[in-house]
Amino acid sequence: MYRARLNGPDDFDGWRDAARNFAMAGIPPDAIVWESGTDAPDLFASDTPPAAVVHGTFPVPRAFLDLAEMAILHSDPERFALLYALLTHMRDRPGSLEDRADPLVRRVEALAKAVRRDIHKMRAFVRFRELADTDGPRFVAWFEPEHHIVRTNAGFFMRRFASMRWSILTPELSIHWDGETLTEGPGAKREDAPMDDPVEEIWKGYYAAIFNPARLKVGAMLSEMPRKYWRNLPEAALIPELVAGAQAREAAMIATPPKNARRPGNAATVWQALREEAMGCTRCPLYKDTTQTVFGEGPVDAPLMFIGEQPGDQEDLAGRPFVGPAGQIFDEALETAGIDRTRAYVTNAVKHFKHERRGKRRIHQTPETPEIQACRWWLTQELELVRPRIIVALGATAGRALLGKAVTISRLRGAPIALEGAAQGWITVHPSYLLRIPDAARKAQERARFIQELRAIAKQLEAIG
Amino acid sequence: MAALTVRQKLEILADAAKYDASCASSGTAKRDSASGRKGGIGSTEGMGICHAYAPDGRCISLLKILLTNSCLFDCHYCINRRSSDVRRARFTVKELVELTLSFYRRNYIEGLFLSSGIIRSPDYTMEQLVAVARSLREEHDFRGYIHLKTIPDADAELIHQAGLYADRLSINVELPTEGGLRRLAPEKNAKRIEGAMAVLRTAIDDGSDARRRYAHAPRFAPAGQSTQMIVGADQADDRAIIGRASALYTRHRLRRVYYSAFSPIPSPSAVLPLQRPPLLREHRLYQSDWMMRFYGYSAQEVAAATDPATGCLPLDIDPKLAWALRHRDAFPVDVNLAPRERLLRVPGLGVKAVDRILTSRRHRRLRLDDVARLTSSIAKLRPFLVASDWRPVRLADRADLRPRAPVLAQLELFDESP
Repeated sequence: MYRARLNGPDDFDGWRDAARNFAMAGIPPDAIVWESGTDAPDLFASDTPPAAVVHGTFPVPRAFLDLAEMAILHSDPERFALLYALLTHMRDRPGSLEDRADPLVRRVEALAKAVRRDIHKMRAFVRFRELADTDGPRFVAWFEPEHHIVRTNAGFFMRRFASMRWSILTPELSIHWDGETLTEGPGAKREDAPMDDPVEEIWKGYYAAIFNPARLKVGAMLSEMPRKYWRNLPEAALIPELVAGAQAREAAMIATPPKNARRPGNAATVWQALREEAMGCTRCPLYKDTTQTVFGEGPVDAPLMFIGEQPGDQEDLAGRPFVGPAGQIFDEALETAGIDRTRAYVTNAVKHFKHERRGKRRIHQTPETPEIQACRWWLTQELELVRPRIIVALGATAGRALLGKAVTISRLRGAPIALEGAAQGWITVHPSYLLRIPDAARKAQERARFIQELRAIAKQLEAIG
Repeated sequence: MAALTVRQKLEILADAAKYDASCASSGTAKRDSASGRKGGIGSTEGMGICHAYAPDGRCISLLKILLTNSCLFDCHYCINRRSSDVRRARFTVKELVELTLSFYRRNYIEGLFLSSGIIRSPDYTMEQLVAVARSLREEHDFRGYIHLKTIPDADAELIHQAGLYADRLSINVELPTEGGLRRLAPEKNAKRIEGAMAVLRTAIDDGSDARRRYAHAPRFAPAGQSTQMIVGADQADDRAIIGRASALYTRHRLRRVYYSAFSPIPSPSAVLPLQRPPLLREHRLYQSDWMMRFYGYSAQEVAAATDPATGCLPLDIDPKLAWALRHRDAFPVDVNLAPRERLLRVPGLGVKAVDRILTSRRHRRLRLDDVARLTSSIAKLRPFLVASDWRPVRLADRADLRPRAPVLAQLELFDESP
């Protein structure tokens, strides 16, 4: 067994010289014990250098040196041996460093990657505290790196804080900059650094204010700022409180549902702008074969809203909902039930006419889920703007648009459904259904039932006020 | 009312700034305070550094702040609009400069991201922003990162000065459609915003052209320009948003387009009742952005990953997988033979993994477990890859390659019910 002593845990030059000699002498990796200053000496190794020291050099790729310079800073005690193994492996198989599927290359890469991350995190998480001494302000930080990176990282802080006097204290090593030269000192303790700094309170105020409690993502934070760094970050003390505060806010919002207060202001202007925007809607392909978007109409503060399926042939031409044959049935029924259509907001679940051409006629086609989904954006805006107390879905398509799921009319009709935000929902048939019943007696029966439901709605409306 | 302290102002004005998504401090010219004139402070080394992370998972790299949250404009999605009843505050130039430096000296930040509400006039506001940057650069020789938000209507000379002090300039397009902008930000104008972006692009191009000819030509916004779009406040679907972003990237040569899912703000506008879109939608848009910027997809190709009916990217799977599922004929791809651009299209293979495959396969024929060592998720890759010991026979023909486990939906933390 051979012993190789290095001058410290990050002594790259020492490793490089020793490794070169061993490799020239053809010593296999498992015959060398590597010791850096901090480890206890190995009892069985011999200090004798390799029998025949062959002086000279052999080429290694630049990429290997870059990799080794990083990996050697790792805290893993095996790193020297692994690097030597990689060096001999590479001599036998030139180019093997590029083979990233090789387990040894991968292992060393992983060491270097951990070191690079640690270097980056030190640059990010060192926090200086200001001290005043006779020569003016001095900035001192306490940091606990995972690997032996402090010396390598000093350059970054020199370049960044060239005109400041600063010290970074770590358990292994301290570095000091006086504006001119960098000096090294022995390891330090946390108590050697100043315990606080008045600016930290302001920084914590910033940290709390920039946090958006509406989007809590603790996992994302933890993956980039793991707990091990928290004890040296002043702002990290706030995290539990901020997380708990966001959760409490959530609980409070669940406990008190948002008030359905009528919002003052220029709702009519917004409705106008919304309608104009909808005129250019291309959210689904239906716009291609139609005359225009048929938007809802009626007072924007209407207490009652009717949602139909989609415009038909005549609505598409007129640009207004419920003006065709089904519209006439609808109007008659409303009148019989005593509901004033001009006081209700009337709209459709889908705002373009879906049809197929048969000869010269445009035949109605039932809109499908994606189209209802695409158009629901507009309906939601209308509902939010008008905020009706009672919403009546006419037909299955409207029911799906209102409730967001498939509905069975026969099961749901005839009774109010509680909706979010204190509104009341009703589901009944679409007036065009009445048009299509061939049997006159059944037609009259269904029509009566429709009117009866409208009457119940009118009564509810009166009760609500 | 008592005068506000710096800390109170900071809290009000940081709170008002948090709806801006951008926090990048990367991609600018290399500078440091050890070389050149003595007495300066700060450095930029290409890669940005995130000095902290907030519990919302966002990185804190810059001091992101408004000069003031008073504003003449009344944009309905904005918490600082004229008609909002938030508490107003305003920093003086000196206060802001000192705050930035005291944070920077303690290694809290990489620099400053300064924006502002419009006060008095666009020119006056822009002058104030430029004054902060000028003081940092000239009086304090600050060499850290500065990102200035540019006011579209400000004078061209002011914008030119801003570019000389700042690393990055940005103008928010705010909403992907003109109609949306008219409705929600009536005082803003899409033409003027794009006009200002074009002015910036020309100035940035001229600046880098001058640098090529004269070594001492001043740098103009070396980190380029970026913008932000609010998602879910108007009717634009993902296809329209992707198209708009792609046009902005090419026409104005933007470095980044940021997406911000419309976030319900405290004291919402009286005229703007809105439901928030799922946060996942924002994430999918960023993924599609990555596909265009790093994976060689064209905007049309990304749009092909959207649902033909709704025009939106699927929320349950990522857009790259969605594209692959619509283009089964392009798979499986042979890891040992396929060119780089084909490998980049394999769902689950990132740019780094592809580069590792390309160098490794010069040395060996890759088997499936070699690929597993080079990537993170072999299970996701298997249906799309051919390796020397692997060929997906039945797997590739399965009708549904969407993840079989039930997809966990991201739950809304604050349900904004109507």
